Amino acid sequence: MKSAVIVFPASNCDRDAATALEQMTGKKAHMVWHQDNALPDVDLVVLPGGFSYGDYLRCGAMANQSKIMGAIKAHAAKGGAVLGICNGFQVLTESGLLPGALMRNAGLKFVCKPVTMSVEETQSAFTRKYDKGQTVTFPVAHGEGNYYADDETLNRLEGEGRVMFRYQDNPNGSARNIAGILNEKRNVMGLMPHPERVVDEALGGSDGRALFQGLIEALS
Amino acid sequence: MNLKMGMTQITPELIREHGLTDGEYARIMKLLGRDANLVELGVFSVMWSEHCSYKSTRAHLKKLPTEAPWVIQGPGENAGVIDIGDGDACIFKMESHNHPSFIEPYQGAATGVGGIMRDVFTMGARPIAMMNALRFGEPDHPKTRHLVSGVVSGIGGYGNCMGVPTVGGEVNFHRSYNGNILVNAMCVGLARTDKIFLSAAKGAGNPVVYVGSKTGRDGIHGATMASAEFDDASEEKRPTVQVGDPFTEKLLLEACLELMATDAIIAIQDMGAAGLTSSSAEMADKGGSGIELDLDKVPQREDDMTAYDMLLSESQERMLAVLKPGREAQARRIFEKWELDFAVIGVTTDTSRFVVKHKGQVVADIPVTALSDEAPVYERPFAYPAPAAGALPAYDRKKPVLASLEKILATPDMASRRWVWEQYDNSVMADTVQRPGGDAAVVRVHGTKKALAITTDVSPRYCQADPKEGGKQAVAEAWRNLTAVGALPLAVTDNLNYGNPQKPHIMGQIVAGIDGIGEACRALDFPVIGGNCSLYNETNGEGILPTPAIGGVGLLKDATKMATVAFKRTSDVVILIGETRGHLGQSIYLREIESREEGAAPPVDLAIEKKNGDFVRGLIASGRVDTVHDLSDGGLLVALAEMAMAGGIGASVGQAEIASAIAFWFGEDQARYLIAAPFAEAEKIVAEARAALIFVAELGKTGGDAITIDDKDSVSLARLKKTHEAWFPRFMAGEEIPLAN
Repeated sequence: MKSAVIVFPASNCDRDAATALEQMTGKKAHMVWHQDNALPDVDLVVLPGGFSYGDYLRCGAMANQSKIMGAIKAHAAKGGAVLGICNGFQVLTESGLLPGALMRNAGLKFVCKPVTMSVEETQSAFTRKYDKGQTVTFPVAHGEGNYYADDETLNRLEGEGRVMFRYQDNPNGSARNIAGILNEKRNVMGLMPHPERVVDEALGGSDGRALFQGLIEALS
Repeated sequence: MNLKMGMTQITPELIREHGLTDGEYARIMKLLGRDANLVELGVFSVMWSEHCSYKSTRAHLKKLPTEAPWVIQGPGENAGVIDIGDGDACIFKMESHNHPSFIEPYQGAATGVGGIMRDVFTMGARPIAMMNALRFGEPDHPKTRHLVSGVVSGIGGYGNCMGVPTVGGEVNFHRSYNGNILVNAMCVGLARTDKIFLSAAKGAGNPVVYVGSKTGRDGIHGATMASAEFDDASEEKRPTVQVGDPFTEKLLLEACLELMATDAIIAIQDMGAAGLTSSSAEMADKGGSGIELDLDKVPQREDDMTAYDMLLSESQERMLAVLKPGREAQARRIFEKWELDFAVIGVTTDTSRFVVKHKGQVVADIPVTALSDEAPVYERPFAYPAPAAGALPAYDRKKPVLASLEKILATPDMASRRWVWEQYDNSVMADTVQRPGGDAAVVRVHGTKKALAITTDVSPRYCQADPKEGGKQAVAEAWRNLTAVGALPLAVTDNLNYGNPQKPHIMGQIVAGIDGIGEACRALDFPVIGGNCSLYNETNGEGILPTPAIGGVGLLKDATKMATVAFKRTSDVVILIGETRGHLGQSIYLREIESREEGAAPPVDLAIEKKNGDFVRGLIASGRVDTVHDLSDGGLLVALAEMAMAGGIGASVGQAEIASAIAFWFGEDQARYLIAAPFAEAEKIVAEARAALIFVAELGKTGGDAITIDDKDSVSLARLKKTHEAWFPRFMAGEEIPLAN
């Protein structure tokens, strides 16, 4: 699997994503500057966590205006895989590649802690290596991860099997405890928790490994 | 020479408004050979402020040990540097942002974090971890909750955006900080030993470049404010608190590291306290050169800024660099890529003068040394403090031990700090192998099996009772915390927070504190490689407890051989290393259970510290022990409860050695550790300790879901954990009137 990690101004989990990808695939990820017009030939594009443009205006809103977003939308339209983590998820909802929005945490504070989630769906390249209903623990680290969409959209997401991860103890007030969702074509996923921080047992867990293993299996 | 603004008459009122004495102004006139103008008066006022010149402490700081074979850079640069092997260097420093944080807690704390990060990355390091030491007033003081909330979110707001994990720190409460909180932030970074950047602007004719944010009017005279006592009108100084923008700092970090990968830089320094003035004057001073600045070229955020405004502004996220001639275009491309301002604003000269032009006129012309070496140094009179009486304070010997434990674990100083840490991203950069809550945080050196252990420590109540012994204890505890995770302690940064040095008893606390720190650092091979003094921490004449915070860094050669506090197995033997005499003077027990802050500080025997610590570290490094906790605030039983709560495994233990149960379980004797190990290993450890003449005792075994003492009294972990975790969130939610100290 060949992968690219997008670097926006003040992305700050770009190195973590690249390290996890290299560890899992044995290949270096391409680091792609947000002002580039084109993507290298890759199977997976990762929009990493961080504070792109300092979260000014709205989280992810300015990053969505970056030049590279055109190429990412074209990659997604062709069926290419896109994974948005944390701020990357916020960019994906701003861009319309995923529905809904991420609002300020219900507790009004930044929250960093391990959260336990259930894997809701395994019909995707992202979750195929998990068992349905399996519980996994990833860390969250965000101030604006409170997922919101109107009831109609939420019902559709649930009905179409596009709610991928659900919090067991909701840390941010997300609607229906949603932690991660998929697009209609099932090739774009966004989630607030950080799978790239749990691929190494020394860091407190390895539940994120199966996510990358699934992608490798599906995209190689 | 036409010195513009020379028309302003320098009156005694103006001199005092600038925080200078008449004697100091006379010295300025002598150095200049004439009257100063207003711009020059402003420049002197910041450069000669306590904050920038260390005029009260410089003579005493010289007594600290600063050298060791592994020290690459000691005090005097933006941060200290140590060699951690394989061509890797660790660069770190701690600095205070006390006064601004009291006036405007969010921005004060945020810019404190931003400032210390710049000190570290200006030397070529990528910051990899942040720590802090925070002191607030008593919980039921009307301002405390607001200050805690603002400071914690400010630290998180800045560090989280930078993508540097905040891995721990201290949070304590005491009424002496009611009007003067302490916010000390520490940054640890990594560089290669052959890529360290210093601030000496050697050579003439080199371009001086300004990069980062534009200059505004914020923070003018921040350094002067930080060098004065507070009173009730201090909140009027809100405009002197700077406003931080971590987004710009993140870009500045990446742009600087990109420029540092080239060989274009001669010298670089961040614009911190006293901004453009101190960065340019210090670079010229260290390089033995002169400097000439043209303020018309400075990127400006506001209209009609005067020379005075620009020279004294403390706008954040700015750097000054001296480049090799001809490398401007290469540097400009990097900063433009990161959408940051870049301007050539001056040149180095061979005149040894600090010359500033504005609108075609020379507005300041001062010998560089007048701003550095010639700054006043005071041998302030001091009264060396007598330690508090050593008699054992009386206490009720019949109080039930476990009820007291439960109460202590829920006091403001001992309750879980989870509410605080969860607002800090502690796992970004994916190298944090030991998170907040242990003895020290541990962060891997990226891509290697090495790791750095980091801690901040001081027990101000000991320093109040005995400033010298308290200084020793702060160093010993930092050393012990690093040892307890398995790291070899390498160096410290000190952040000396005291009251007004013009009062002889306060100056005595400072001198004695430095004596104690120096003695401990020498005995433990733990040199001081940088630091910061924050004096005048007084409000309406009331000083804070002496608080010399120590930031310590140690190295684990193999992070897979690391200890944590959590019990990991049932039936492990719980072993106490170190002698217990039952020292209750100045203890948490006496303060929280008997409501008395009395007695002598616990004595620190540095030879025993070293012997016991080296023994414990050896057990961890050889992979024989993975469960260790140092004994500090609250004593043995509190440490045991913390180990049990962290691991979710209880313990049954019995008293050893001394007669008084309360003194045994809650005494705060130094140089002690608790370790837990399987039976066979434990037997060997006890035998080896005895053979080495180290005090050792087997207290009991792990197991169950309660703490049981002497096979009869018991308290469940669930109950302890509930009360331990509950205090902070309930306090912050305003749910209960908390206990006063």
